[in-house]
Amino acid sequence: MTKTDTIAAIATTMSNSGIGIIRISGEESFSILKRIFRKKNGKNIETEKTHTVHYGYIFDGDQMIDEVLVLIMKGPHSYTTEDTVEIDCHGGILMMKKILETVIKYGARLAEPGEFTKRAFLNGRIDLSQAEAVIDVINAKNDYALKSSVNQLSGGISKRIRSLREKIIYEIAFIESALDDPEHISLDGYDFQLKEKLSSMMKELETLIASSDNGKVMTEGIRTVIMGKPNVGKSSLLNILAGEERAIVTEIAGTTRDTLEEHIFLHGISLNVVDTAGIRHTDDVVEQIGVSRAKDAAKDADLIIYVVDGSVPLDENDRQIIQIVRGRKAVVLLNKSDLGQIVEKEQLENLTGHQVIPVSAKEKTGIEELEKEILSMFYEGDIDFNDQIYVTNVRHKTALMESLDSLKLVVKAIEDGVPEDFYSIDLMNTYERLGSIIGEAVEDDLVNEIFSRFCMGK
Amino acid sequence: MPYLEEHYDVVIVGAGHAGCEAALACARLGLETILFTISIDSIALMPCNPNIGGSSKGHLVRELDALGGEMGKNIDKTFIQSKMLNESKGPAVHSLRAQADKQDYSRQMRRTLENTDKLTLRQAEVSDILVEDGKIRGVKTFSGAVYRSRAVVLATGTYLNARCIYGDVSNPTGPNGLQAATHLTNSLKEHGIEMFRFKTGTPARVDKRSIDFTKMEEQFGDKKIVPFSFSTDPESVQKEQVSCWLTYTNEKTHEIIRNNLDRSPLFSGTIEGTGPRYCPSIEDKVVKFPDKERHQVFIEPEGLYTNEMYLGGMSSSLPEDVQHAMYKTVPGLEHVKIVRNAYAIEYDCINSRQLNATLEFKNIEGLFSGGQFNGSSGYEEAAAQGFMAGVNAAMKVLEREPFILDRSQAYIGVLIDDLVTKENHEPYRMMTSRAEYRLLLRQDNADLRLRAIGHQIGLVSDEEYEKVLKKEKNIESEIVRLENTNIGANALIQKFLESHGSTPLKTGATLAELVRRPELDYFMLAEIDPKMPKLSIDTKEQININIKYEGYIRRQKQQVAQFKKLENKKLNVEFDYSVVNSLRKEAVQKLNLYKPMSIGQASRISGVSPADISVLLVYLEQQRYMKERESSI
Repeated sequence: MTKTDTIAAIATTMSNSGIGIIRISGEESFSILKRIFRKKNGKNIETEKTHTVHYGYIFDGDQMIDEVLVLIMKGPHSYTTEDTVEIDCHGGILMMKKILETVIKYGARLAEPGEFTKRAFLNGRIDLSQAEAVIDVINAKNDYALKSSVNQLSGGISKRIRSLREKIIYEIAFIESALDDPEHISLDGYDFQLKEKLSSMMKELETLIASSDNGKVMTEGIRTVIMGKPNVGKSSLLNILAGEERAIVTEIAGTTRDTLEEHIFLHGISLNVVDTAGIRHTDDVVEQIGVSRAKDAAKDADLIIYVVDGSVPLDENDRQIIQIVRGRKAVVLLNKSDLGQIVEKEQLENLTGHQVIPVSAKEKTGIEELEKEILSMFYEGDIDFNDQIYVTNVRHKTALMESLDSLKLVVKAIEDGVPEDFYSIDLMNTYERLGSIIGEAVEDDLVNEIFSRFCMGK
Repeated sequence: MPYLEEHYDVVIVGAGHAGCEAALACARLGLETILFTISIDSIALMPCNPNIGGSSKGHLVRELDALGGEMGKNIDKTFIQSKMLNESKGPAVHSLRAQADKQDYSRQMRRTLENTDKLTLRQAEVSDILVEDGKIRGVKTFSGAVYRSRAVVLATGTYLNARCIYGDVSNPTGPNGLQAATHLTNSLKEHGIEMFRFKTGTPARVDKRSIDFTKMEEQFGDKKIVPFSFSTDPESVQKEQVSCWLTYTNEKTHEIIRNNLDRSPLFSGTIEGTGPRYCPSIEDKVVKFPDKERHQVFIEPEGLYTNEMYLGGMSSSLPEDVQHAMYKTVPGLEHVKIVRNAYAIEYDCINSRQLNATLEFKNIEGLFSGGQFNGSSGYEEAAAQGFMAGVNAAMKVLEREPFILDRSQAYIGVLIDDLVTKENHEPYRMMTSRAEYRLLLRQDNADLRLRAIGHQIGLVSDEEYEKVLKKEKNIESEIVRLENTNIGANALIQKFLESHGSTPLKTGATLAELVRRPELDYFMLAEIDPKMPKLSIDTKEQININIKYEGYIRRQKQQVAQFKKLENKKLNVEFDYSVVNSLRKEAVQKLNLYKPMSIGQASRISGVSPADISVLLVYLEQQRYMKERESSI
């Protein structure tokens, strides 16, 4: 990479959408543009003001390629802080590719995935937590998550973390200066003061960590597990929700031997649905593995959908599942409502403690009620999306939890009467871990890991 | 014109605490060594406080001793009071401090030097360094004599262009009225060495007979004295001690100081040098802490054969009459007679950024330096650097691997890394807070940390080394025994626990678990543990600390592992950082100036941000990637 290196990529998705954007960044951006762009009014693009939009045509030599709008941004007032050009062209994979090829022909090089953001970071335009939010924006699978990502991008997380770090470094500095100058700085009664301050810091950390659970729901989808004994119609249900034939549906009990995962959008919210092997006592080794996985999946689930075949009586297998779903976020479906019903809705509601919705996977009835129920469970009153900061990244969450653990150790030290000079060890750990979230602590393997996750053109 | 010319392996300039250690290290490693001093009668002079050690400085002395230095042994021979400081705090900040008989200290060191083979003492002022093709070739004295050598260690302390000042009196002398060295600075500048001007100060010495001790608190030494040196037999240092005394300044003192601030050379501009923030004069303290009603004054004996007493905490450069007036306001000093005035001293030193971590000049091969010349303050800091510079000079001559300690190995490592990596605008003083991994760098385990390294260098005998190996083994096997010995909840145990205010056992427990209880320790177990082996006190102390603070020690070791990762990412010291795209201009300048050895060191340079380090890491990663791609084609 040299200073004159200018990169280019298609910034919109490679699909036949209405409009496409080609982004160019680097010292040569304007001179490349000058050679391939002819302004409608014939003016020289290089002398135009920054942050202006220009109408004209892209040419490769004498050959006109497309009619475009061009946005020019002079460094450092651009995302990468370098001279940047965005070409809005007509959509269509072929057209976008052709323009990109022309840009490259005239001196740019194809950007690596995430290279624009990498430059923004390297040029000091954004810190790491902001950069990671960009990944989340790219990957956000629903509108709510997008909102949260945008919030993080504006530095919301950074601000809170930074203020926490400042508080911690202040305490470390105080302890250290008291050790160095005991004549003038006294630690008498300090442990009680610190304990109080720590408790407020810990509350703040807990809030951030709690928000990360919401964050997970938003970016990764609600982890949903479908349970039920064999052949109650779990896979058929999944197929209806997913809108395609995915799980193998047969009349033979135990067809789904492994867990299947499916991503489902439900009115702007994404569900990660796991279809499990039916739970029943079995001697089949392969199926046993499936069953134990189903139980494991249920343990980590945000939501359990329990499917009961209303046309056969409840048995020992159902009782096992009822044990699992009781007290969890769950919806109970009474399937095969098209057949004669043996199991009663009220009876099942009493047993599970959850609302029971009669459905027919075969006739596709009751599905709308199910969707409504899931939406209301997660979004009506339970979660407030406005003005909250969410931690939407596993790395952040881990760092926050480790920070909290370290502060707990300081509290324990105070309670055990451990001398003050020990506090610094765990306070420093907190400080460093929090620093790793916003890129203010140096970690040897971090940078590459992060940028390798970016998409092309970002 | 004919002149004297001699040849040595190593030349040491200056016979203070740094120079003595450097000279002894070189000579003991078998090199022909010559040590220059302005006055043979002032070897290892203590021109300021009459003590060795203290908070974090005690650590330096013990580390130095573990490596094979002399300071610890010398103070063990000459101390008149000894005290372990901070015993109410954790073991990491315990620190040994001993009051010295100053004259005896100097005499004993002189005797050691004079009786070391291959070591030549010479009274002369070195005026020039001789450099050819970027390599040191020797030194020249003011008289014109030339001493050729393969390495030179500069340890000129506070003597270069020294000036002693109080009020409007300014004497062009070194400390204690000794002759200053006025020629060497020019020679150094001619060879491109950047010089700073620092200052420090010392309080008045007063006549013991004029002090009323009844108005002061007596400060005794420890009942059980711990020697500094790991080679000293603890029994041999249990002797009668003299006392120090504590008194305080008051509002009256402060008023006198405030009223005369305009007559202080610091405020009038007579003093140009930068003083140490952490060793402030009494006038600095009065200005800095206006709300403080009083400041401590420690009255410390200068030796057994003199009536002179040192007024610790009241260094000053105020005029003579103000000094008299202010000292007399202090309880017990109402009728005090001053023997020597307090004064500030200004001297030339270097910008220590010009040095490698071996204390060798980056631009002049074979030229090393240590002590106050490097911009530090304190006898212990000086001795530690002198030793390191001396050893590295010897390593150079012997064509052996350079000797560097990192921040996780020793306070000495912290000291030198700070000096060569961080911007240093005032005399550098060692402090506990500077050591990030201080729980591992305790004064009590310096032998376990560093004896093996000292042995490898060749300054620790086989016998001493085996002693520490045995200690290590004893500690290990005793910890294993304690972890694996279960005791039942019997009446004897419960009574023992009760007597120490500890909750009784419900079921059995291991002995180690008992040691971990805040109110118990390993030493107490003797009451209930008939199988406890006979071990030395310092071995028992290690066992106690290692079990008691096991969790903290483990976490600190994890921090060290993280630190080492960055330390082990080496950088080419020849590298030109201006080729790295996206590095901020300031970072490029700083990195090109310091030429760090590793990413870790780079991250500690002020003006280099974590984002810059990330840029560097990305760059290195890319270089590595490209190299791999090339080699695979």
